[in-house]
Amino acid sequence: MDIPREKLIEMYERMVTIRQFEEGAAGLMRDGRIKGFIHLYAGEEAVAVGACFTLGKDDYIASTHRGHGHLIAKGGDPKNMYAELFGGRDGYCHGKGGSMHIADLDLGILGANGIVGAGPPIAVGAAFAAQYKGERGVSLCFFGDGATNQGTIHEAMNMAAVLKLPVVFICENNLYGEYTRQDRHQTVKDIAERAKAYAMPGVTVDGMDVLAVHETVGEAVERARRGEGPSLVECKTYRYFDHQGVGDGVADRSAEEIEEWRAKDAIVRFRRHLIQTEALTEAEAEDIDRRVAARIEKAIAFAEASPPPTEDELLTDVYA
Amino acid sequence: MRPIIYLMALNEALQQEMERDPTVFVTGEDVGQHPPMGVTLGMLQKFGPQRVVDTPISESAILGLAVGAAAAGLRPVVEIMFLDFLFVAFDQVINQMAKMRYMFGGKAKLPIVVRCPCGGGYQMAAQHSQSLEAMLCHIPGLKVVMPATPYNAKGLLTAAIRDDNPVFCLEHKKCYTMAGDVPQEQYELPLGIAEVKRPGSDVTIVATSYMVHEALKAAEELAGRGIEAEVIDPRTLLPLDMDTILKSVRKTHRVVVVHEAVKFCGFGAEIAAQVAEAAFDALEAPPLRVAAPFCPVPFSAPLEEAYLPNAQNIVEAVSSVTPAKA
Ligand SMILES: Cc1ncc(C[n+]2csc(CCOP(=O)(O)OP(=O)(O)O)c2C)c(N)n1
Ligand SMILES: [Mg+2]
Repeated sequence: MDIPREKLIEMYERMVTIRQFEEGAAGLMRDGRIKGFIHLYAGEEAVAVGACFTLGKDDYIASTHRGHGHLIAKGGDPKNMYAELFGGRDGYCHGKGGSMHIADLDLGILGANGIVGAGPPIAVGAAFAAQYKGERGVSLCFFGDGATNQGTIHEAMNMAAVLKLPVVFICENNLYGEYTRQDRHQTVKDIAERAKAYAMPGVTVDGMDVLAVHETVGEAVERARRGEGPSLVECKTYRYFDHQGVGDGVADRSAEEIEEWRAKDAIVRFRRHLIQTEALTEAEAEDIDRRVAARIEKAIAFAEASPPPTEDELLTDVYA
Repeated sequence: MRPIIYLMALNEALQQEMERDPTVFVTGEDVGQHPPMGVTLGMLQKFGPQRVVDTPISESAILGLAVGAAAAGLRPVVEIMFLDFLFVAFDQVINQMAKMRYMFGGKAKLPIVVRCPCGGGYQMAAQHSQSLEAMLCHIPGLKVVMPATPYNAKGLLTAAIRDDNPVFCLEHKKCYTMAGDVPQEQYELPLGIAEVKRPGSDVTIVATSYMVHEALKAAEELAGRGIEAEVIDPRTLLPLDMDTILKSVRKTHRVVVVHEAVKFCGFGAEIAAQVAEAAFDALEAPPLRVAAPFCPVPFSAPLEEAYLPNAQNIVEAVSSVTPAKA
């Protein structure tokens, strides 16, 4: 697939934005400036960006507890995302949701989710609406390897298949569900195999390769737009931080394994590719990194200054 | 007796009962290799993977497994990582677990314990902070305990495991690291017996779970104003020890019920209604409830603080129905 240079650069910038956003969030958490649960996406950037860059504004995504990357990839603004982490009124949910519940329907984001396995049926619903209204929109849902053991995901896949709905199921297989390694929570190795059960295409792809993800998801999205029904794409990937919080990930995994995956870092790899193919010079890449860093710094300052909602907003949006 | 923290009291109850009864096993997400709240710490090492069973993320199958294993003669103790996740699997709870014994004409026996951390206060937001005990109490066929102290935690959990019927043990996150005196040896606190935490003559405060501690703080402050509050912890919501509550209300003539869950259709409504039905003549003021406002648990710190009931709210409620003596 030929991707125009500007789009490639935008993809690179978006991946760097996610990484720096997460590192920024980790710093804020370490300093005690933000609180609550946080599931960082660093390491998995190629999946969110590769997948979401196949979508338009009218397409939907349903995200997970590890949602920051998906949201930024779909167009979420770091300013308002950080503001949500601070519980500020300029946050996407006016401070009422926090990290696990960031949503923006205007951007086609059906929400991060605190319940593992809850997103896919909701994505099926958004796809149903698109089909119902005769629109071309598709719905894409992200879920982890651990989540594929929830019945909801199987029910969603079967329903999408039988109703031929425009859904792309994207499994982010980062080899662990919380602290449990994949081979201890399921007997399949390639989750894409489960697509067979619903007679839909299932493909496993290198989730550290943004172009591979983009191409595979792109085909599934086109298929969905043509009215040929859902697909499952499994992306093999890895998270750098602990499951939850800002630890360096060794709570449940060996330092060697982490090193092995870090050596495959998706951003380093894509950057090298862009430079080798002369889409980008070293200096331009550094410029992008600096530009992103400045944007993140400004976003944090904006967010920290955002006042919290006042007590009289406690019952806003309560309708009965 | 020696002081230990609440989560270790639960751990001790589990371990001692597992040593005593080989049919007891624990299961849930990460209970073996990486206990989420630490309650099952060290148990995989001690009892092995057959009795400390890590599961996939599959709440329906976990609870179904408990129902089936119990029907077939074992005594499962299930951990649901957060009470909020129980609702992913409510069919197994409401239509299966709660119904079987009655619906099968008494032929099934389901000795199951389901332990769930509950409650707010940590900015965990709407899907990880709820207090949903009233929903469980609405279902005939379940028992519900909410220990507030390490001593009650160990005794109630031991009794729950020995009970031949399904018991939910709801553990407030704020209680886990509280310390208190707990006997080393095993003991049972029979379900359905309330505890008078503090005697008093002017008003009865009935508080559940973590709110017991807020109620005791409030009682201290009220004492400074000359109001002696009797604080009662029902400990078991179902079966409910109304006798202890009614006896107290007949003495104090006033009652304030406190819980962290939302007020509307909350457990406080049940207590207030039963007091009104059984002791209307003894009341000198309307029964009051101190509870959360009717909205999901908000994330933002100041909003969550405003949402959660506290000692100050209790003092205000009590003051509004109890004449100051000074
Ligand atoms: C219904 C439900 N059960 C359990 C949890 C607790 N929990 C949060 S994330 C998680 C692991 C999810 O693993 P996976 O789907 O592989 O996603 P990953 O965290 O690896 O991105 C668990 C068990 C939850 N949030 N919801
Ligand atoms: Mg995973």
